Amino acid sequence: MLDGTTAEIRERKALRVNPAKTCQPIGAMYASLGIRGCMPHSHGSQGCCAYHRSHLTRHYKEPVVATTSSFTEGASVFGGLANLQTSLDNIFSIYDPEMVAVHTTCLSEVIGDDIPMIIKKATDGGKVPEGKVVIHANTPSFQGSHVTGYANMVTAFVNYMAESSGETKNTVNIFPGWVDPSDMREIKRLAEWIGIDFILAPDTSDVLDTPQTGEYMMYPDAGTTIDELKAMGDSFLTIGLGPLSVTDAAEKLEKKCKVPGKVMDLPIGLKATDAFVDALRLAAEKEVPEDLKKERGRLIDMISDMSQYTYDKKVALFGDPDHVVAMTQFVVDLGMIPAIAITGTPGKAFERRIKEICKDVNPDVEARAFSDIHFLHQWIKNHPVDLLIGNTYGKFVAKEENLPFVRFGFPIMDRVGHRAFPLLGYTGAMRTLEKITDAFFDKRDREDPDHEVELIL
Amino acid sequence: MKTETIEVLKDRSSQIWEKGKDQKLACDRKSLAGSVTQRACAFCGSRVVLYPIADALHIVHGPIGCAAYNWDIRGALSSGPQLHRNSFSTDLAEKEVVFGGEKKLEASLLELIEYYKPRAAFVYSTCIVGLIGDDVEAICKSVGRKTGIDVIPVDSPGFKGTKKSGYQAACEAAFRLVGTGSTVGISKYSINLLGEFNIAGEAWMIREYFEKIGIQVVSTITGDGRVNDLRRCHGATLNLVQCSGSMTHLAKLLKDHYDIPFKRVSFFGFEDTARSLYTTVEYFNDPELTLRAEKLIHEEIAKYSAELKKYKKLLKGKKAALYVGGAFKAFSLVLALRNLGMKTVLAGTQTGSVEDYEQLKDICDEGTVIVDDSNPLELAKFVLEKDVDLFIGGVKERPIAFKLGVAFCDHNHERKTPLSGFEGMLHFAREVANSTLSPIWQFAPRRSQFNKSFSVPETISKT
Repeated sequence: MLDGTTAEIRERKALRVNPAKTCQPIGAMYASLGIRGCMPHSHGSQGCCAYHRSHLTRHYKEPVVATTSSFTEGASVFGGLANLQTSLDNIFSIYDPEMVAVHTTCLSEVIGDDIPMIIKKATDGGKVPEGKVVIHANTPSFQGSHVTGYANMVTAFVNYMAESSGETKNTVNIFPGWVDPSDMREIKRLAEWIGIDFILAPDTSDVLDTPQTGEYMMYPDAGTTIDELKAMGDSFLTIGLGPLSVTDAAEKLEKKCKVPGKVMDLPIGLKATDAFVDALRLAAEKEVPEDLKKERGRLIDMISDMSQYTYDKKVALFGDPDHVVAMTQFVVDLGMIPAIAITGTPGKAFERRIKEICKDVNPDVEARAFSDIHFLHQWIKNHPVDLLIGNTYGKFVAKEENLPFVRFGFPIMDRVGHRAFPLLGYTGAMRTLEKITDAFFDKRDREDPDHEVELIL
Repeated sequence: MKTETIEVLKDRSSQIWEKGKDQKLACDRKSLAGSVTQRACAFCGSRVVLYPIADALHIVHGPIGCAAYNWDIRGALSSGPQLHRNSFSTDLAEKEVVFGGEKKLEASLLELIEYYKPRAAFVYSTCIVGLIGDDVEAICKSVGRKTGIDVIPVDSPGFKGTKKSGYQAACEAAFRLVGTGSTVGISKYSINLLGEFNIAGEAWMIREYFEKIGIQVVSTITGDGRVNDLRRCHGATLNLVQCSGSMTHLAKLLKDHYDIPFKRVSFFGFEDTARSLYTTVEYFNDPELTLRAEKLIHEEIAKYSAELKKYKKLLKGKKAALYVGGAFKAFSLVLALRNLGMKTVLAGTQTGSVEDYEQLKDICDEGTVIVDDSNPLELAKFVLEKDVDLFIGGVKERPIAFKLGVAFCDHNHERKTPLSGFEGMLHFAREVANSTLSPIWQFAPRRSQFNKSFSVPETISKT
């Protein structure tokens, strides 16, 4: 499919070819799904909502429910006030959620709908039943990316919900970046293991990885509760995982409720997981449990077992900034050399972080934010690599260039493992290492001439 | 909110009917603001209809999302160029939202046309393009002049309506190419196949039937589509419209402007495929063609009948639910399922019209529930109530079916095997059987004896 892509790199200012990002609202929708009894509401045309739901469903293989303001030509001329009011009315009377989390779209942003005013009007007019909540995040599709949308909705949780009662509780808030339900579960496992009371917000585990029960649950009995969101203001610390995704929320909470925040990388790989475990340990004022140390030891053991195969291998990475930054650090720790790391999301911080991580192993690393997969492909044609790490869209590049390919990030629409097995934590790192070496070995086994096929690797 | 407590939304009750009960039909309505509709938008409709034209450049003028979500999501195969499988977008940012996106669009088009040298370019307008006041038509004209290719605007902002209005915009756009090519060498026995998108290679199978019979297929619109085929398709004698929802408008344009009659056809299932082939040869009224068609149909049916019978035996009495985009597909599915010994107990579409639903009611059995513009809760409710064995639908319905422990068959654009024609019927039977008869359903809670008798002794549950 990409045989038309040439090695000659064109500097493009005007357009995007094969994007490495998508738009804000889908991130807001995903974050909202991590709140118990929450109905995400897309304030725009109904296509946006359908697209986001389908796209999330392709990745999570789960039903994804959200409502839409169903904009028509009239709404785009006269504003979406009436649509949103009717929507709120319908949503509460028909679907009976605890909370409606409204996010905007490019259309409602350009029209300039004043969402807080509309929400206030609805509340004052008795359209929001007693005890129910409507919150909102502005998520213009023409700024940032899907990660920005996620970040904005997490910030909205803080802005609308967090309260301080004046009494600090012995609880830590954990804001995860946009990670899978299996990763949310891993974060909770680590925190529970170390033994600390925490509030994870949002939490999509058991929402987007539910067992087959024979029933369709519009709101699975899971996710962060509204009471927990309120109680975030009484915690003594916030740990944010993924600077781009949750720094804003952590800062807002610090400002609003004086809860100090500590933002670190997503715990992908050894060092970042160490940092997370350390932060939890310090907060809990506890020792790291022996069994957790053993789990870490097994990861290090596996890395050393496989180090001869990973050492000096050149890697191309693409995906979302927080993911790629943490993964870049991990591949460096595996003895590999990041050759190029790109993200579609704008922001110079990404490039700085990648360069900093690679300064000893590859000062010439090609680090680019606001880039796309077409550029990545052209660059690889000029600078061959040994491995590609990225989301499903990388498969065309991998096929064209015959590269071992490890899927990671969002979206993964053609494999199933991310639903069940975490990417985060020591176990996640072991799985990543397994996938990397599998990719190398599978290629060798397939392509080595018969007399060179190795039985033992 | 659990499925057992689901009630049908009050405002929606007129969009749900049961055959045998005398109710008034309401459809073709806008989705309720605030509803969980399974419907998409006009942009989506335009994009999916035109994108299989493989040697054209398709650029989405708007913020990145619209291009990202539509990127290669349908398996519309091309036997040649693969340009259509890339995702091109002007990736509009705040600056353009304020100052307009015309410059960016023009620069993007010029760059892309120079690099990929496409035969034509389609420019899709998204929601905000109209609002920021870009004159897409003018840019297209100017780029067309500079590059010497047809650059065609597709007027498809999402808020214009459902996919249906997008289909119309797509037909208008495609029609701009019609009549610009030579019709030399086109036989008097010739057709265009409209609304066939070559999912999993289906257009190739159907094309082969016609070629064997001696009928020339001038163009398949738009599956495995080429710009030049569209240019000369007005030279065909007859138009066959398969996906009626998407392509009837183009067929009407071809009738009005070039006096080409059209017939609605379906190549799904033995019955419909045979009927469609007969309809076509009847039109040409040449005994030679009729003879060849008869021979082909007999041979094909004979080729697959034995194996189909095997599946019929296995599937007899199973109950199916279907929720699909257009009504014509629903008709075909009801018949095909009946052919497999199965009963359709729930049938619904996203965009059916009153006539569509009347026809659907006619072919369905008593008691079949028919829904228009449904939602997950409603679908789940009826699936459980009717004790369905198989759900046929698209991407959003699949996980709902699986969650309920019901088999699923994708008859939408994400299907992976060709389901058209005689051979396709066998594939369909196999797909239905593969899912319906899967051993997994014995473990699904609603069927499982194991789950029902499974209770943890108190002593264990306490520790």
